[in-house]
Amino acid sequence: MLRFVVRRILQMCLVAFVLSMLIFVWLRSLPGGPVSAILGERQTPARRAALEAALGLDQPLHVQYLRFLERASQGKFGVSTKVLPGEDALQVFLDRLPATVELSLLALFLAIALGIPLGYMAARRHGSAVDTGAVIFSLVGVAVPVFFLAFLLKYFFAVEWNLLPVSGRQTTGLDATRVTGMFVLDGILTREWDASWDAFKHLILPAVALASIPFAVIFRITRASVLDVLDEDYVRTAEAKGLTARVVRGRHVLRNAMLPVVTTIGLQVGGLLAGAVLTESVFSYRGIGDALATAFREKDYAVLQVLILMGAVIFVLVNLLVDIAYALIDPRIRTR
Amino acid sequence: MTQATQHSSRPGAGSSEPLLSVRDLRVTFQRQGEEEFHAVDGVSFDVRPGQTVGLVGESGCGKSVTSLAIMGLLPGRGNRVSGSAIFDGEDLLTLSPSAMRDRRGSEIAMIFQDPLSSLNPVISIGRQVTEVMERHQGLSRKQATPKAADLLERVGIPDPKARLLNYPHQLSGGMRQRALIAMALACNPRLLIADEPTTALDVTIQAQILALLKELVVDTGTALVMITHDLGVVAGLCDEVNVLYGGKVVERGGRHGLFRDPRHPYTVGLLNSIPRLDAARGDKLSPVPGSVADNLPWTAACAFAPRCSNAIDPCTAETPQWEGDQVVGFRCFNPMGGTR
Ligand SMILES: Nc1ncnc2c1ncn2[C@@H]1O[C@H](COP(=O)(O)OP(=O)(O)OP(=O)(O)O)[C@@H](O)[C@H]1O
Ligand code: SF4
Ligand SMILES: [Mg+2]
Repeated sequence: MLRFVVRRILQMCLVAFVLSMLIFVWLRSLPGGPVSAILGERQTPARRAALEAALGLDQPLHVQYLRFLERASQGKFGVSTKVLPGEDALQVFLDRLPATVELSLLALFLAIALGIPLGYMAARRHGSAVDTGAVIFSLVGVAVPVFFLAFLLKYFFAVEWNLLPVSGRQTTGLDATRVTGMFVLDGILTREWDASWDAFKHLILPAVALASIPFAVIFRITRASVLDVLDEDYVRTAEAKGLTARVVRGRHVLRNAMLPVVTTIGLQVGGLLAGAVLTESVFSYRGIGDALATAFREKDYAVLQVLILMGAVIFVLVNLLVDIAYALIDPRIRTR
Repeated sequence: MTQATQHSSRPGAGSSEPLLSVRDLRVTFQRQGEEEFHAVDGVSFDVRPGQTVGLVGESGCGKSVTSLAIMGLLPGRGNRVSGSAIFDGEDLLTLSPSAMRDRRGSEIAMIFQDPLSSLNPVISIGRQVTEVMERHQGLSRKQATPKAADLLERVGIPDPKARLLNYPHQLSGGMRQRALIAMALACNPRLLIADEPTTALDVTIQAQILALLKELVVDTGTALVMITHDLGVVAGLCDEVNVLYGGKVVERGGRHGLFRDPRHPYTVGLLNSIPRLDAARGDKLSPVPGSVADNLPWTAACAFAPRCSNAIDPCTAETPQWEGDQVVGFRCFNPMGGTR
């Protein structure tokens, strides 16, 4: 098991390294580029050349990349120009991270807590009305664009019916102590219950919108996987042993059926980061997605680079955790 | 009508009350938009305590469906089961699902064909053995573990304590089947059903597993229903043989009688397809020509008629009736031999 984990960590470092290279090259191939962004209207060829030289952009790409690596290893990712002008780009990421983590965790929790039991139930009642209903519900989940769903939720639950807050992370003017930057958690840690509750209410709508796609995917994979496993010979063996229905379901069906679901959950984290861009924008929820949208629109390259890079690192990290979880469930991986 | 009873050996006849008595078992599958399919079409046979009874026939003749129906393990929907399977005075087919759960694994156990897919890949061998004892004998996992090691030892698995911690993929095919046998025998069942337990194994391993099964049923007095498509397996193991064709028993007899003097043309065909050690080199095996796809419906014919070299006029017009009893008999208008 230890060997497996060490090997996966080494692989992960390699993946992160390659990703950083791809992202670096991709950002430099975007039209416009940092020089135009900084100079704007005042652009002349001479000024361009001077600024490019100053920023090292006249160097060949691999030289630029090595310089970038060197600076990155010191934690220097450049300075934000638009999102938080003058602020260190990495700091922008660190400031926004807790908000998105909080939002994504709730969304993922909703998707799993709904997707797995519903998928299991649908499979057990394969072909019944419950099954058909759940499948249609999940199809709607993937078919409705996140942006549109977020907008609908906001319009009805916040604007029309006034049940939940329209935007933001916490009611402005609320005097809340910050600990982790995850407001719900902070409220619990400091026993400021009303602050925690207020932050939670702000989370609900964006989390529901963000959960829609991972929910649908987790539901469908669970359903398909349980259907497969129910047909497996070892489930029949378990029944032939006269084991109770509870043991057959839990130990023999669900545990095996969870293997593909665990992998899916890891992959959904990538989707969550993408979905966060849309959801956070609709709800003016100041997280990484919102920062990414702003940085992209305003051509804040330093911030854009940090956010995408860190997004990739988070994705790779989550999938490392998923691999470890998978190995814990599946001895065929663990003992190889 | 009486010819059939002339078989020289009548295995277990009158020796004791049957442990399992299957009567007119029928299993009909109904798939949406398809015609009804009678996978098992009125099968009857008896199994006495300590006896080994074979169910033999080609692929698709209803062997597995028969055993699954007796075990109450047929897939939930799309099938209809009728008849009876009296085990120890109770009809297994009418027992409640929970009563059936209590019997399965303790009174009646089953071994399946493919040992790899029949074992749960993510659960240790030890756990898969102990869980049966936990369920039926009220033991804790701790109490059951040494017993599981004993069981593995008994089925010939070397270093059983270490094997308990292994997972199925870490065992060889033969060891896996031994482990499955250990699970089936964990609660000393009175009846063991083995559905082609050696088909997925190498020839040498096959012989070992068959020898083990034989030894175990003799030691424990467990009755065994041995399902196979290979009459060769039956020859070494079974006291009584039922030959199935198209969901019906077409011939039954003691192993000696059946091998010496087969009456049904299909049985003869099966016997001719067994490789023989004493056959002259160059002698070809003669499998039964044709396939089950040619079958006629039993309702107004002998299902085997299109493949039968003995067929006569009534074969394609009437259903041949059973001639014999619960010990020997056949179902044929124009039987072979009968010279004994
Ligand atoms: N769940 C099912 N639904 C519909 N038909 C089925 C089902 N299970 C089995 N059958 C059919 O019933 C017939 C008998 O199947 P069975 O599995 O008993 O054959 P078998 O004698 O065990 O053959 P094999 O040697 O291949 O295991 C086959 O034609 C099969 O297609
Ligand atoms: S009844 Fe007729 S067709 Fe059927 S096995 Fe006997 S001889 Fe052949
Ligand atoms: Mg079968």
